[in-house]
Amino acid sequence: MSAAPGGSGVITSTAAELAARIHAREITSVEVTQAYLDRIAEADGAIHAFLHVSGEQALTAAAEVDAALADGKAPASPLAGVPLALKDVFTTTDAPTTCASKILEGWVSPYDATLTTRLRAAGIPILGKTNMDEFAMGSSTENSAYGPTKNPWDTTRIPGGSGGGSAAALASNQAPLAIGTDTGGSIRQPAAVTATVGTKPTYGTVSRYGLVACASSLDQGGPCGRTVLDTALLHEVIAGYDPRDSTSRDVPVPPVVAAARAGAAGDLRGVKVGVVKELHSDSYQSGVIGSFDAAVAVLKELGAEVIEVSCPNFEYALSAYYLVMPSEVSSNLARFDAMRYGLRVDDDGKHSAEQVMAATRAAGFGPEVKRRIMIGTYALSAGYYDEYYGQALKVRTLITRDFDRAYEQVDVLVSPTSPFTPWKLGEKVDDPLAMYLSDLCTLPTNLAGHPAMSVPSGLSADDGMPVGFQIMAPALADDRLYRVGAAYEAARGPIV
Amino acid sequence: MLDDAERGPAVPAISRDEVAHLARLSRLALSDTELDQFAGQLDSILSHVRTISEVAAADVPPTSSPNPATNITRRDEVVPCLTPEQALSGAPAQEEQRFMVPQILGEGE
Repeated sequence: MSAAPGGSGVITSTAAELAARIHAREITSVEVTQAYLDRIAEADGAIHAFLHVSGEQALTAAAEVDAALADGKAPASPLAGVPLALKDVFTTTDAPTTCASKILEGWVSPYDATLTTRLRAAGIPILGKTNMDEFAMGSSTENSAYGPTKNPWDTTRIPGGSGGGSAAALASNQAPLAIGTDTGGSIRQPAAVTATVGTKPTYGTVSRYGLVACASSLDQGGPCGRTVLDTALLHEVIAGYDPRDSTSRDVPVPPVVAAARAGAAGDLRGVKVGVVKELHSDSYQSGVIGSFDAAVAVLKELGAEVIEVSCPNFEYALSAYYLVMPSEVSSNLARFDAMRYGLRVDDDGKHSAEQVMAATRAAGFGPEVKRRIMIGTYALSAGYYDEYYGQALKVRTLITRDFDRAYEQVDVLVSPTSPFTPWKLGEKVDDPLAMYLSDLCTLPTNLAGHPAMSVPSGLSADDGMPVGFQIMAPALADDRLYRVGAAYEAARGPIV
Repeated sequence: MLDDAERGPAVPAISRDEVAHLARLSRLALSDTELDQFAGQLDSILSHVRTISEVAAADVPPTSSPNPATNITRRDEVVPCLTPEQALSGAPAQEEQRFMVPQILGEGE
């Protein structure tokens, strides 16, 4: 992995280490934030993780943290002063929010997302907004209207998607923390292919207010980091009930930081782990299966009891997802009508509002967004609704029941995060279905609303590229991910 | 609409004309080139996802959200909201504190 010339210790430190040094006043938040801004200036030309860098605002926020600490005040949060990269799908009043779409080019939101507000209140400087597949639809960031992000492990390969910018920023030491969103794997798959950590929390536990909607019953913001503990620290900052999100759950945040610290001791005795038979296939890349099997062996060495479980309806998760998700997309993206904000074309007095709307949407949306809007329109149309959307919702119930039965036997389920290591840029651009198949292992948890994490399991023996190990848990048991993830991470040791 | 018996594997899941109709419904003024490309891609995607009809689920209740909730309301209290200037800040065109839009009704309507 690339490190800064001169071996700057700041940009290779964990967020937990940086927070401890900032709070002990051994280093200032301004120094840390400036080190990352310097790194971005140096490295991001080759990676393109950021769509917008907010240097001035980040330094101002950092200076406020330093001033409060100098006044003897307690840190606003355990991560106060540690900067972060924010996926460009959360609204910010001091930087554009584009969702990597031309239809929102240059748009600045009049309000902050709740997640943005929580970051600001926690004293976390926002370095900038990260690249993504347009409106979070994709698995490679190649659907960004502003050009793809490159994988720092091999810049000819994809960084995953949709949150490839956030994952690549972490992997290239351009940020110590990042935020993603996960509708079908958009936090976990980028984490897997960049050897970083990412968690999709339980649906409803991180506010969606100000998260530009892709598929509302699936979308979930979540934390990304370079270590399990860093990810847990960020998880606790962003999670919590929000009355502005009607699907927000008014329940205590699971004790994920305590679980990560306990897990790091490396004792998994008494923990039952289920290997999902349907997510372990000969059709997966052999190096991925090899890495996964080795990780399972590590869990056994740590004392976990491992059994195989079957979730027969997972076979239909891809079909259910690619009906439910586009249906919600076609409805949510109707708001981009060229009337109240965003792009407007052909408004020359000769075209009707409807013509302007259709021309603007054709000019402003990229191919994948158009495809999904049309698939959703199809699945929801009269005559097909019961056969497609209605049937997909029933299969969603069956998939959730598969999980429920499995969790009667085990505490967590595990699988590879992605069937493949990062592929070459351009390889699957013209074959949407092949791209969708890379989400095979991550989709079931989104349909059920459960939490899941990807933690690096080393490099694939066949191509030397990163592999991710997925840990899944029942709703509101996010802490189990961190206990198992931290134990595995400690036993695994450094990747390179 | 064809039923499953009539729609053999060789029959496309969706025709180019149907894709053009979907584009109109979706308010997407697509070019002919786009329609040509999307027709094949949508056919391949829909051919895959329609395997979902194989699942026997007639008696299974649907799940539209993992967190079902009904009638979530806020307290009936006046709280600060966006000013007209903030609400209009991203408008493509505005006039007298209103969003200005192209003509909606045709001549004589």
